[in-house]
Amino acid sequence: MSLLEIQNLSLSIGTYEILHRVSLSVAPGEILGVIGESGSGKSMTAFATMQLLPEGARCEGRIALDGQEMLELPEAQLCALRGSAVGMVFQEPMTALNPLQTIGDQVAETIRIHQKTSRRQALLLAQEALERVELPADRFPLSRYPHELSGGQRQRVVIAMAIALRPKLLIADEPTTALDVTTQAQILALLTRLVREDGMGLLMISHDLAVVADMADRIAIMQNGRVVEEGPARTLFHTMQHPYSKALLAASAHAPVMTPQEEGAPLLEVRDVHRRYPMARKTLFGPRQEFHAVKGVSLTLKAGESLGLVGESGCGKSTLTRAILGLEQVQGGEIRLGGQPVFTGDKPNPAVRRRMQVVFQDPYGSFNPRHRVGRLVTEPFHLSENPPTGAAREAAIAEALEAVGLKASDKSKYIHEFSGGQRQRIAIARALITKPELILLDEAVSALDVQVRAQILDLLADLSGRFGLSYLFISHDLSVVRSITDRVLVMQAGEIVEEGPTEQVLERPTHPYTKKLVAAAPRLPEGVL
Amino acid sequence: MLRFLLTRLTSLVLSLVVASAVIFAVIEVLPGDPAAVMLGVNAQEDTLAALREELGLTEAPVMRYFHWVTGLLQGDFGVSYSYRIPVAEMISDRLQVSLPLALFALVLTVVIAIPVGIWAASRRGSAVDLGVMGVTQLGVAVPNFWFAMLMVLVFAVNLRWFSAGGFAGWDEGILPALKSLTLPAIALALPQASILARVMRSALLDTLGEDFVRTARAKGLTRRQALWRHAFRNALIPVLTIIGLQFSFLLAGGIIIENVFYLPGLGRLIFQAISARDLVVVESVVMLLVFAVIVVNFLVEVAYALIDPRLRSAR
Repeated sequence: MSLLEIQNLSLSIGTYEILHRVSLSVAPGEILGVIGESGSGKSMTAFATMQLLPEGARCEGRIALDGQEMLELPEAQLCALRGSAVGMVFQEPMTALNPLQTIGDQVAETIRIHQKTSRRQALLLAQEALERVELPADRFPLSRYPHELSGGQRQRVVIAMAIALRPKLLIADEPTTALDVTTQAQILALLTRLVREDGMGLLMISHDLAVVADMADRIAIMQNGRVVEEGPARTLFHTMQHPYSKALLAASAHAPVMTPQEEGAPLLEVRDVHRRYPMARKTLFGPRQEFHAVKGVSLTLKAGESLGLVGESGCGKSTLTRAILGLEQVQGGEIRLGGQPVFTGDKPNPAVRRRMQVVFQDPYGSFNPRHRVGRLVTEPFHLSENPPTGAAREAAIAEALEAVGLKASDKSKYIHEFSGGQRQRIAIARALITKPELILLDEAVSALDVQVRAQILDLLADLSGRFGLSYLFISHDLSVVRSITDRVLVMQAGEIVEEGPTEQVLERPTHPYTKKLVAAAPRLPEGVL
Repeated sequence: MLRFLLTRLTSLVLSLVVASAVIFAVIEVLPGDPAAVMLGVNAQEDTLAALREELGLTEAPVMRYFHWVTGLLQGDFGVSYSYRIPVAEMISDRLQVSLPLALFALVLTVVIAIPVGIWAASRRGSAVDLGVMGVTQLGVAVPNFWFAMLMVLVFAVNLRWFSAGGFAGWDEGILPALKSLTLPAIALALPQASILARVMRSALLDTLGEDFVRTARAKGLTRRQALWRHAFRNALIPVLTIIGLQFSFLLAGGIIIENVFYLPGLGRLIFQAISARDLVVVESVVMLLVFAVIVVNFLVEVAYALIDPRLRSAR
């Protein structure tokens, strides 16, 4: 008998149907991977299982957890099951913990809410749980607060809270999406180990096929609130029938066709750049400590080249990006674009800055919601000495929007009328409008679903051929860098540790850090395409 | 935590030094001749000279500032020009009314607003919530002197439960004194409680939407437990900020209410002193209020740090 049995579950909020006759099952000790894009209903399936739904949500069908009918239980009994029979791990470790309580108290709370134990006894059990998630008490005492831990460590605390009472079922909703590749690999290994040790069932939700392919026993693929395909992980990739599954797989492994360009003279030259930040004082009148974020980085990007910069969060890649853009002054070294310095004296050089543009990660936060698209797209014109006006300006807007596959008439709309992928197209249009030579793409496709990501990568490949653009592609995601760059730099702790042609670096890495990164990156099984 | 306290205390002392210098400069140095300001345009030259001598204006401004500050530190605020009695005495008389009144009003504010705000937030969108939002809207909008007169009409004139004004004094015992402060405290607390209840409600609604509240629910806490154990303390930071501002306001901002109820408080003192151009009194009362504001801010910051461990380790 299976541990979790979801049969014909339909869920609607108001008149809007979110789930449509979803059926899934998890056996004890089994890992079920649920895959889907945003809005496919995969998280709602998890919250329905926990019966932690937004107000006004109505469920029909059947959810049986270890023989208990979840849809028929009163709230008090559901509370008794949550945390003891079923635990849950969430996507955002940075906000999933109460910032005002120690990690010991928060883990102990799971125990004390379900069992009559003393505080001391509960804390001992909490320490045990934290040790099981590899946070030993000598290095991570129970008295630590969440803000003293990294994202990966916080996610371990959340896992400890979820498994403290050895539940029969664990639900993990995108548990590694917000983490770096190496941390992701550690967390996935930890979850797999706990499942095997406790014989727990795991409902693992992800948008990333490769993450789930590595660890799941069975995989279900969801689209628009329905399960469209389900099967054993080992064979599913070969036997999948549904067009959506196939499209999803194709998009995950998509490699855009870059038109090879003649490589020209060096366009961007970064020479021995240093960037330091002052840190908070340790003592009242003591000297300020400095944080050395970028330690003597040098790189060259040739005209027409697409260069990747890879590293984990905190490695200094965003600091370097801001320095290249001339948003911050560096403390040592120099940055030149087409032979001219980005900073002249203490002032950024607008003549240089308008020759490069940037596209950021978040398609939702990087636009002023009160301006129309036409105005948003023309923002970079403030760098020009005599920006086009009147008909010339309208023509420039139309050209930029059409270049990214939108219509010229979209200029009078507001940003909330567009989807995430369309917004990222608008961000690219904004970057194109000054006809730059270089575009910096700072995690520009990281927040997008795989299919949309594939389309944007195709667009970038197309634009580079048409406009002779060079790209500096900054990302923590090796698969994206692999598909679109000619050369790649690997950055660790403020330094470039390895550099070379992308294919060579990723296939035969020489530096230990690169080897670690490549090994940690989840991959689809060989030969599925 | 010790380092945090030291840093905050240093900044408290520095704020006081800067504030006292500014007050001294604005009141005693900038007008040119304080004696001329106090006596008006028609003053005789010999009376001006006598007043200058009396006020010690013949010294250099730096020395005068130094004497003023050392005097303040010893509790010597100078002598009132219009009443000819030590300012310290006048202020301490008035503080016996204003401080209890402000504390009374603040306690009422907190005791009413916090539960009401929590009640409304925990039943978001219900009739209770709508009712609370409506009543507090009214509470903010109604002028408190009008509300005070209404209360006098009902509770003093018709029902005769309270006296219509005046202060019984502390010599008669605590209860009669508190009784004479009750109507003024309610009048002062009404708009403040309305504001604070709305702040409490929205702060709690914000934290109830946070991820860690969802985590708590996934651990098996009931909605109520999640609210009290996780959301409430996180919602206190904005609430404390408002309480600090409200206390500073209540200490001197009750001037109209003091007039309605004939209470000899600080607000009336400073009003009379300004009308009488009694600069010595104005200066001392302003300094005292600044001192109160700075100390209250310090206490609020210490309270922040007690609530939030992130603030203890930062800076």
